Amino acid sequence: MASVLICNQIFIMKRIIPDIKVIPIIRHVKRHTIELSEKTLEKTQGVKKFLAEVANFFLFISCTIKETFSRDFEFKEFLRQCFQIGYKSLPLISITGIIIGLVLTIQSRPALLSFGAVSMLPGMVAISLIREMGPVITALICAGKIGSGMGAELGSMKVTEQIDAMEVSSTNPVRFLIVTRVLAATLMIPILVLYADVLGIFGSWIGANIKGEVTFALFFSQAFGQVQYIDFLPAVVKTFFFGAVIGLVGCYKGYTAGRGTESVGVAANSAVVLASLLVIIIDLIAAQITDMI
Amino acid sequence: MKTIPILEINNLSKGFDELEVLKNVSLQLFNGENLVVLGKSGSGKSVLIKCIVGLLIPDGGTINVLGEDVGSLKSDALGELRKKIGFLFQSGALYDSMTVKQNLEFPLRRIKKNLTQKEIDKKIEEVLEHVGLSDVLNKIPSQLSGGMRKRISLARTIVVDPQIMLYDEPTTGLDPVTSDEISLLINNVQKKYKTSSLIITHDIECARATANRVIMLHDGGVYMEGNIEEFEKSTDVLIKSFFK
Repeated sequence: MASVLICNQIFIMKRIIPDIKVIPIIRHVKRHTIELSEKTLEKTQGVKKFLAEVANFFLFISCTIKETFSRDFEFKEFLRQCFQIGYKSLPLISITGIIIGLVLTIQSRPALLSFGAVSMLPGMVAISLIREMGPVITALICAGKIGSGMGAELGSMKVTEQIDAMEVSSTNPVRFLIVTRVLAATLMIPILVLYADVLGIFGSWIGANIKGEVTFALFFSQAFGQVQYIDFLPAVVKTFFFGAVIGLVGCYKGYTAGRGTESVGVAANSAVVLASLLVIIIDLIAAQITDMI
Repeated sequence: MKTIPILEINNLSKGFDELEVLKNVSLQLFNGENLVVLGKSGSGKSVLIKCIVGLLIPDGGTINVLGEDVGSLKSDALGELRKKIGFLFQSGALYDSMTVKQNLEFPLRRIKKNLTQKEIDKKIEEVLEHVGLSDVLNKIPSQLSGGMRKRISLARTIVVDPQIMLYDEPTTGLDPVTSDEISLLINNVQKKYKTSSLIITHDIECARATANRVIMLHDGGVYMEGNIEEFEKSTDVLIKSFFK
């Protein structure tokens, strides 16, 4: 296209200035066209690669969904994954939950105090924790811990031919490795978020007692007194999507890792990056939908 | 005697992007024999063996295993066929997160679904004894040496009583003594479990110890076929470079 336009320009220039030397211009046009076509080719290949990756990811999701509803569900492995994802994340989520509540209270208190609205602190902290802070921060932590773990574990299984060995021994690796992990993440992350919310409010109570004095029962009744059904339900629903996305991305990156040991690191790293990004995007979509409701 | 081919490959071709790894490879594995496929690294031996079990899809040709055309099988039927094939991976491919016992239980529970726990335990004990490692039941793969891992991997493969055994470089990375032990085990498996085996290797000592028949792959095709004595006596430069 570019070369056609340039040729047209040369033709017009030749009519205006008959003595003009065309050969150097043509050489320039050729070189320019080759450079342009190489760049276009590079970009096209990049776009093709990206589209192929997206298509592969959706195929992977459809395959996982199909295998989820097939016979011979690997229940024992599912329970093991629930234990790995849920129980083993409790210490990290506990510490993070308490600190989020504590920090939120310490930073909000002076502003509320200046308006004489300290009594609204428990409700404000509870709503912000339940609607946004709890789900997003817990999901981001899980994307780091669980997503990278899945990426690295499945990636190393791929490199050491363990997935091939599973397939050869007549076991469907998607059913055994992927479905169990994705379902466990989808189920466990909402539970971890609720747990983080409760501990966040507990941390907030500790924060409120640093500068003031409020009983545990009063703080909790004030906190949950402000929370409505509409604050709670969308936040819980979106955490299921967070869980599914973390599980799917972690498994996809690990399962499609290359053959070298370097690819294990790449799989773990890209699982964290992509899962975190998708958590933020889902949160944005959820916020828009909740706003419309 | 061994006239029934239980594995037949005709004009098999497989390439990756521009690189053509296998070009019209044809071979037959007869009932009860040990067929060794020799070749340099990169000659397409592992690609060949992975095509047989459907881990790689060939570009052309046919693979017939136990009377079934692998290329035309759907996933369920391929799964059923794989139950009759044992595959020993080059790396052993033991499941890192499981103990030795769980590694052996894994295929057994899925392939022999009717077995009771008592029967499973007995079977595991029997194969571990066969590979000479009865005392590592509760160890995890990272606690085992390279030779032990290979033996456990072999035990995991034979525990389901396969009809065909495929060995992918069974002695690679092992010291000469352990390599000899693995070669001996391959022969014992053939005798005890009446299996037919395809052994992919570049280890001449392993080939000498196990082969009933040898095929040499070179440049993606079959270069020579015969028994080990014919290979030893060959005046061909390439063959001589292997057997010197």
